[in-house]
Amino acid sequence: MTAGGSAPRIAVVDYGAGNLVSIEQALTSLGAQVEIAVHAAVFDRVDAVVVPGVGAAGPAMARLARRGLVEPIRAWIDEGRPYLGICLGLQLLFEGSDEDGSTTFGILRGRTVRLEAAPTLPHIGWNQVVRRRDHDLFSGIADGADFYFVHSYAGAPTDPSDDAIVATTEHGRPFVSAVARGSLLGVQFHPERSGEDGLRLLANFVALVQTDAAARPGAAVVA
Amino acid sequence: MLRRRVIPCLDVADGRVVKGTRFVDLVDAGDPPELSERYAREGADELVFLDITAAPERRATLLDIVERTARRAFIPLTVGGGVRSVSEMRDVLRAGADKVSLNTAAVAEPALVRRCASRFGSQAVVVAIDARRSADRWEVVVQGGREPTGLDALAWAERAVALGAGELLVTSIDRDGTGSGFDTDLLRAIADRVAVPVIASGGAAGPDDFVAAVRDGHADAVLAASIFHYRVHSIAAVKAAMAAAGLPVRMGSAAAA
Repeated sequence: MTAGGSAPRIAVVDYGAGNLVSIEQALTSLGAQVEIAVHAAVFDRVDAVVVPGVGAAGPAMARLARRGLVEPIRAWIDEGRPYLGICLGLQLLFEGSDEDGSTTFGILRGRTVRLEAAPTLPHIGWNQVVRRRDHDLFSGIADGADFYFVHSYAGAPTDPSDDAIVATTEHGRPFVSAVARGSLLGVQFHPERSGEDGLRLLANFVALVQTDAAARPGAAVVA
Repeated sequence: MLRRRVIPCLDVADGRVVKGTRFVDLVDAGDPPELSERYAREGADELVFLDITAAPERRATLLDIVERTARRAFIPLTVGGGVRSVSEMRDVLRAGADKVSLNTAAVAEPALVRRCASRFGSQAVVVAIDARRSADRWEVVVQGGREPTGLDALAWAERAVALGAGELLVTSIDRDGTGSGFDTDLLRAIADRVAVPVIASGGAAGPDDFVAAVRDGHADAVLAASIFHYRVHSIAAVKAAMAAAGLPVRMGSAAAA
């Protein structure tokens, strides 16, 4: 069976970080076949990995490590397979976090830093996502559309003109709210909690996964 | 720019939305997930469930409606009422809520705020403060406004934030259910004292009150129940009034299309 004709299979990584119902349900409603992944064996039978999560980087890395997920996630990204990091799942891609001094994946150059000059912290609510460049993830979504944010820290690329930066958002000062490098995607906001535009963004992600899977015959075999 | 939020609150008892005045004369007003989906479609920025069920078997029913709501309304959901421990909070979050609001339990045991925040992050912990004017200050009251605590509301607000609250939901018990407008003095006194977002509650009668809560009360978000339930005003009408007053609000792609 070729992946192109079937529902894309997406693993949502569960490392004990709260609400997974929203992202699971959103992806399912968009036609994906979602599997909650508490261990890495699930990665063998999916087309994409989603790492959601809120909270601090240190405890998250520790919980991923306890479940033997750190190296499999790194390998997945190194192989160029589709990955979507949401909120903390984006922050973990950077080298480390100022929140607790923890070391994170280090796939993107830069650190997770506290939002500077923010009028309120945490930054909670709907805010505008302004594109720096076009990307299929935002296909059909107006530039400057509102998405839902809940965080106090954000990933800050070492190079402010890093090509991976897709969009920024302002709260006191601008911070990076979406990144993309090949099949590696990350958003600081919560698309699964961002109404219509959030669902559209996730639908775009599902479509990207489907395209990727179609180009990889036999890469993911139904167990 | 960060938008000012409009948040409908649903009082929930035994798995149904109820309407009434301060927990009496309750009337069934529908299925929480269904009403949530409607509010989301109409432009609600978030939803709050306040569980007022007294029965001990309430938890399973509550978790069920939280899960059914999370499957239908793709906007943030806060659940308040009766959460007294980290494990109860974990269950509510796992069912699909994004935040839990602590009120009486936080006053009784302030360390609960710290434990919940360190386990789930401050962003998931809302501390609800019910305050009543008394002479030259505001006093914290608990048990749905029935029991005075002697605590100063401003001091408790600062302490709650220091313990890890990520937002404060501030209700004026004097104004709640009266339709006489928010207590903007109370809101401003608290909002100017803390860095976290303040959600205004208690007293909304019309769109102008929402404007005042933000402009004069310095609130980041405004919550109301009855004016939306009874369809006295739509969420869109409230947001239009806020936008006309120059406040940043989310109009939503569906509304703009």
